[in-house]
Amino acid sequence: MAREVRCKTVEEPSRVALAKTHAATPSFKNKTASGSHLSNVHLCISSSCFLSGAGQDVGRSCILVSIGGKNIMLDCGMHMGFNDDRRFPDFSYITQQGRLTEFLDCVIISHFHLDHCGALPYMSEMVGYDGPIYMTHPTKAICPILLEDFRKITVDKKGETNFFTSQMIKDCMKKVVPLNLHQTVQVDDELEIKAYYAGHVLGAAMVQIKVGSESVVYTGDYNMTPDRHLGAAWIDKCRPDILISESTYATTIRDSKRCRERDFLKKVHETVERGGKVLIPVFALGRAQELCILLETFWERMNMKAPIYFSTGLTEKANHYYKLFITWTNQKIRKTFVQRNMFEFKHIKAFDRSYADNPGPMVVFATPGMLHAGQSLQIFKKWAGNEKNMIIMPGYCVQGTIGHKILNGQKKLEMENRQTISNGQSEIERCEPGCCCLSLEVKLQVEYMSFSAHADAKGIMQLIRMAEPRNMLLVHGEAKKMEFLKDKIEQEFTINCFMPANGETTTVITNPSVPVDISLNLLKREMALGGPLPDPKKPRTMHGTLIMKDNSLRLVSPEQALKELGLNEHQLRFTCRVQLQDPHSDPDTLSRIYTHLKSVLKGYTIQHLPDGTVMVESIVIKVSSSAEEPNTKVLLLSWSYQDEDLGSFLSTLLKKGLPSGLSSM
Amino acid sequence: SYNTSKPLPQEEAPAKKLRLTKPSKSAALHIDLCKASNPTDALQYLLHFARSSVEAESVEGVVRILLEHYYKEQDNSVRLKIASLIGLLSKTQNFNPESILDDTLNTFNTEKSHQVLAQLLDTLLVIGTQLPESLIVRHRLIEVAYKHLSDTYFGVRNKCLQLLGCLGNVDTPLNKDGQGLVPAVIGDAQSLISDYFADQDPRVRTAAIKAMLQLHERGLKIQQTIYDQACQLLCDDYEQVRSAAVQMVWVLSQLYPESIVPIPSSNEQVRLVDDSFGKISHMVSDGSWVVRVQAAKTLGNMLQVSPHFLEQTLDKKLMSDLRRKRTAHERAKELYASGEFSSGRKWADDAPKEKVDTSAVNLIASGACGAFVHGLEDEMYEVRIAAVDALSALAQSSASFAEKCLDFLVDMFNDEIEEVRLQSIHVLRQISTNITLREDQLDTVLAVLEDSSRDIREALHELLCFTNVSTKECIQLALLELLKNLTKYPTDRNSVWKCLKFLGCRHPTLVLPLVPELLSTHPYFHTPEPDMDDPAYIAVLVLVFNAAQSCPTMTALFSDHTFRHYTYLRDSLSHLVPPLRLPGRTQAPGVSGIEGSGSVESAQLFLQQSLSRISTIHNLQDPGAQDLLNFTIRDLQRLGELQTELAGAADFSATYLRCQLLLTKALQEKLWTMAVPLCLKHNAMATAAAKQMLEETYKLEFLYSGLENRQVATIHHVRLQAKALQLVLTARTRRGVEPLISVCEKFLQEVESFQRLFVVELPHLQESFVGKLLDLSPKLSACKPGELVKILQTTLRQSGFLNLQLPKQVQRASATIIEPTGESDNPLRFTSGLVVALDIDATLEHVQDPHNTVKVQVLYPDGQSHVIQPKPGDFRSPGPHRHRLITQVYLSHSAWTEACQIEVRLLLAYSSSRLCKAVWSDSSTEGLQPAEGATEGTIPFGKPVKVFIMPKPARR
Repeated sequence: MAREVRCKTVEEPSRVALAKTHAATPSFKNKTASGSHLSNVHLCISSSCFLSGAGQDVGRSCILVSIGGKNIMLDCGMHMGFNDDRRFPDFSYITQQGRLTEFLDCVIISHFHLDHCGALPYMSEMVGYDGPIYMTHPTKAICPILLEDFRKITVDKKGETNFFTSQMIKDCMKKVVPLNLHQTVQVDDELEIKAYYAGHVLGAAMVQIKVGSESVVYTGDYNMTPDRHLGAAWIDKCRPDILISESTYATTIRDSKRCRERDFLKKVHETVERGGKVLIPVFALGRAQELCILLETFWERMNMKAPIYFSTGLTEKANHYYKLFITWTNQKIRKTFVQRNMFEFKHIKAFDRSYADNPGPMVVFATPGMLHAGQSLQIFKKWAGNEKNMIIMPGYCVQGTIGHKILNGQKKLEMENRQTISNGQSEIERCEPGCCCLSLEVKLQVEYMSFSAHADAKGIMQLIRMAEPRNMLLVHGEAKKMEFLKDKIEQEFTINCFMPANGETTTVITNPSVPVDISLNLLKREMALGGPLPDPKKPRTMHGTLIMKDNSLRLVSPEQALKELGLNEHQLRFTCRVQLQDPHSDPDTLSRIYTHLKSVLKGYTIQHLPDGTVMVESIVIKVSSSAEEPNTKVLLLSWSYQDEDLGSFLSTLLKKGLPSGLSSM
Repeated sequence: SYNTSKPLPQEEAPAKKLRLTKPSKSAALHIDLCKASNPTDALQYLLHFARSSVEAESVEGVVRILLEHYYKEQDNSVRLKIASLIGLLSKTQNFNPESILDDTLNTFNTEKSHQVLAQLLDTLLVIGTQLPESLIVRHRLIEVAYKHLSDTYFGVRNKCLQLLGCLGNVDTPLNKDGQGLVPAVIGDAQSLISDYFADQDPRVRTAAIKAMLQLHERGLKIQQTIYDQACQLLCDDYEQVRSAAVQMVWVLSQLYPESIVPIPSSNEQVRLVDDSFGKISHMVSDGSWVVRVQAAKTLGNMLQVSPHFLEQTLDKKLMSDLRRKRTAHERAKELYASGEFSSGRKWADDAPKEKVDTSAVNLIASGACGAFVHGLEDEMYEVRIAAVDALSALAQSSASFAEKCLDFLVDMFNDEIEEVRLQSIHVLRQISTNITLREDQLDTVLAVLEDSSRDIREALHELLCFTNVSTKECIQLALLELLKNLTKYPTDRNSVWKCLKFLGCRHPTLVLPLVPELLSTHPYFHTPEPDMDDPAYIAVLVLVFNAAQSCPTMTALFSDHTFRHYTYLRDSLSHLVPPLRLPGRTQAPGVSGIEGSGSVESAQLFLQQSLSRISTIHNLQDPGAQDLLNFTIRDLQRLGELQTELAGAADFSATYLRCQLLLTKALQEKLWTMAVPLCLKHNAMATAAAKQMLEETYKLEFLYSGLENRQVATIHHVRLQAKALQLVLTARTRRGVEPLISVCEKFLQEVESFQRLFVVELPHLQESFVGKLLDLSPKLSACKPGELVKILQTTLRQSGFLNLQLPKQVQRASATIIEPTGESDNPLRFTSGLVVALDIDATLEHVQDPHNTVKVQVLYPDGQSHVIQPKPGDFRSPGPHRHRLITQVYLSHSAWTEACQIEVRLLLAYSSSRLCKAVWSDSSTEGLQPAEGATEGTIPFGKPVKVFIMPKPARR
């Protein structure tokens, strides 16, 4: 058997499928090397380890993503626990010397908490980065206030040198490009980003980063249950390749917030009614506003008269922004602000130090939240002796702080007798061991109310259900807890879940679709072959020619391809000879073959032509016998390339010979 | 008429078309369309044409002209407009759209544009829905729909599905062979539609589901086989599809609640209704709030769900750091059970206890888990309200669920949106028959009593009226909080008292041990007598007396002054203090008649007796009749005050009798025997009586609800009497005949319309004034004014007394202005010429349709008055037959030298024409349009309130 190739050129019709590309090595350090359709998403959480054990979100967030050849830095946070170099991410991982600009396409900041934006001026001004920095409008407004406060404490109070200056913060903020919710921003021709609402704090956003058909969603910190001033995080079914989610509460399912609120209000109400004073130590931004709204509306509803004070400082400026960015708050505040902006507090007034000694009931919000210094500590010292009073700790307290001690039921406190110099509005300030101690008896009631604004385990799962990612990546949490959530995610959604350690890189291979232009005529022709009902769910095979030219892919009909390429059409035919032992004459053999094929190949058109050939579809069969051996017939089969399947089937069939019981007709 | 409509195509017009061509519209349109040089012009003409109306006779002609242009027109938008116009025209009243069906169907043969096709299908839909009976038409339309189902444009597919949904065969296909008119495929619209559940366009998917729902609504039994498909659609990418799918799943769950469906990836099976309940519960945490609202609402309609699944909706397993945690609700319950309820909670007493088995924790809410917990916490208040409503519906059908959802509802009392708070209070009231509040729950409920919103407080009082509590401490707690409420908001007085009345009634045994403490009696010492005017003391007494009603031993604990106070309160606040059987005490003699037994039945009896006593009067001129009337009116008035249930009926009768009394008095005046010139002075009294009678009749007719035709006839009869009296008086005072003629004519017209309106009632009116008048009626219309007056005068005197038949239930409309109270001495100051807003808060009872009838009148000291119509949104309906008006009226006046009082009152506007239509449209045989003699006016009701205002001169 021989195959005879009659023609030379072969126009191979190809089946269009989504081409699978293969993983290439991550190319973070060399941006130019990244190819056109490299589809690995490269992530690393910048160096050194988490502060574990504290269990709080004080770690610094900084994630580098490489997607479709673009390098993006997500958040640029600092660590509150260190006072040395370790407080900032190690940018030398990206480049040993020189500026970062050429290695990063953009920087995205999710919200204004310092563990997400604290290192920003350091990175942009001191290490050097001139590219765009993206953040939402409220974040852009509030972020510099916090940075400036942070700088003041570090430099002015603690006297550190080699720190960023006010001017640097200003310069840094000039590089910021504001984002609107759901607005798609084109960073460059290929890279686009889009912000989603995240709850958590004012202006917090989740970001979708997209290059071509590959995408990553970074959540930052988010909250899936609405509170008194912010709504719940929301994202559409964007099906990213990776969802990078925080997992602070990976192993917690929280109770309904209504119970917490009710308890809080009841406690405050009862204390005020019996003439006691309530102290609520808070962080200046975020929870404080929620509690303010809660108390303000309660006062309004219940027609209460006792004064509520808020210790001044940062807060006034911040409240101003809360008033401005009404669109970022929850439904109630958004709907009623025309009548009255909820942040224009009627009952909450600015606090003055002298008020603490006023008789009668009052409620005071004072910073800092952990009761380690400043105004909250001063007031606490004044009020601690009276059992009518109450202190409500609305957040977590780090070990060693007074807040932590009293929460654990300590009734006698040893205090350093330091005449507090600071006016203490800052969170960052930490109490230092003093010299002279004095003991304080704690008689007031101590209550703990958790008002955290992170998604709990159920919330995280809910977000995954909303976004339907293909892979999951957990950050911003403790390894042990993440392990549990990881198992759950893999089990419930059957997707891969990663939890990289600091400095570790995770690579995910994606399956990007390659867009191909198809000619309309070809599409219509192929459509006409299908049934009446278009079925989008089923992939369909079609014939055409793929032309790759000038960085574009087109699918056209073979004829057009030939025309465009200026080539002649050639046909490829296979011919094969089969020898057969048959005593009949040639025409008889042919008719026997005809009968045989007819019985075997039902449903095919088989013709016995008068010129001595049998045609099966387009396959031609001829019979000839050699002169020497009349019983040995030679069958000549010839088929075109398209009928290869049928052709080879026939040749095998005929090789087996004809069955004996065949009549020659 | 043919000539004027010349443009009609003669060559192709068969004769019957000519009949239709009323020249005007169609011709003008045709000319316009011919004139139009470009599509924009044509479109303008069509738009213009669409604004005018077309008579039923000329519709067919117009459609033909439109179609003619349709075929000529190249531009898609013009053709589209024409298609939509045809749809509009087919809706013309009295027009049978079947006549244009063929022509419309023909257009499909040539149409190429998808948009126009969609519009044409829409037109078919309009035509088809107007001819629901014609099976042939429906089949033809469905055929068209089927043909275009595979169109590539989503709009066309949409409309086709809509057509199938609205017109598809609902009955099982009769001829299964697919013979004749009904091809098999048309018979089975269901499977055809379900094919499009998987369409690539979300809009088509939505349309397919909606079409299926439409079929269901039209009575088709949807097959269970599509359940799986519908469930898959719940995960669709598009919210409108998911929302519709929720409905679809619900419909199926109602059709096949007991079918068994397998749970995927396990061998277990569940009832279909439970399965779908789980799936819809899942949707409560959907990404789109529209779907969440839909899902939450739907849950409320799934009453057949198994209790096991139902209770899961309130379940949310808490954990902290992988340790199981109890919810605050569970902790509260335990604390309560351990008797440590009041102790303050400490940090970490919610500390997690046992370790959680990690594999057992189900993070993603599978099934119904925690659906309501999520729904009630939702960001959008629409979802929360829907969830509260659903809870209510489910709790009403299941007592155990009601018990469980109590905590959650109570939590909702703290919601940030008042509407939600209010709704949850209402819901708790609705389910309160099923539950008993625990002390800690009651504590939370009572905390809301301090709310500054009156709505909320009143709703809460209402709730407390229906609440069952378990211990005497609860009663004490409730009383304490209510008294606190009373001191904080003194205006709540009545509401609080009422609340305590019911609280006492419901829990006599719980109140009993509290009595000594409540009344501060002491076994040895006399305690000072409390102040009888103290609202708080009255509140306590109301509670105790109502409890004592069913607890006879309680009275033994009363001290002397308590009995005295009882007598006083029984008289002054009879609606709050029940009659008590007091040992050794006799009732005051004056009131023994009715009050003795105090029951409604005896009062009813008394009412009947009084009325039947009156009925012994045959003629009002009888001696003694006046006295009898006088006494009866007095009795009835007193009865009305004592027995609130009968107040309406008693007032109604009294007013009626007063009218009769007035008439009698007027007729007995000496003036009738006097010479005309001398009687001017006496005349004044009779005229006033006539006028008052007239006013009273309007009150009778419009202020009372529950009147039947019979009573209305009686009222109208009195009105005729009053008018006759007026007429007679006019005749005696006025000189000249001219004005009299028109007055007489008017009167006769009224008699006539009375006759027409009350044909049914006439037999009962034989002996009455009208009856006698009608006997003379042929003569009346012919006679001169002078004669008529004479006839009227004698008939008035001779006619018998018309007995009043009371209907079953008569209620008097009443209004109370709560705000402003009229007690303030501080004038409302404002700059003259500018406006000041005055807040008005009033409750209305038994007012029908207050949005249209109730108005606010402001009377200034100078006699100026303004009538203000409140906005419909200012009315709320807190209970049956009850409305609350909370509005603002704007005052303004020129400057005054000192503060002065203005009067604010509520008016009930009436219009006889409106009511006539409403009452008699069903009883009358022919379509009565009582346009003639429609009187409009207003009746002041409720006490007016005085407000101090002080417009200051503007400072320059």
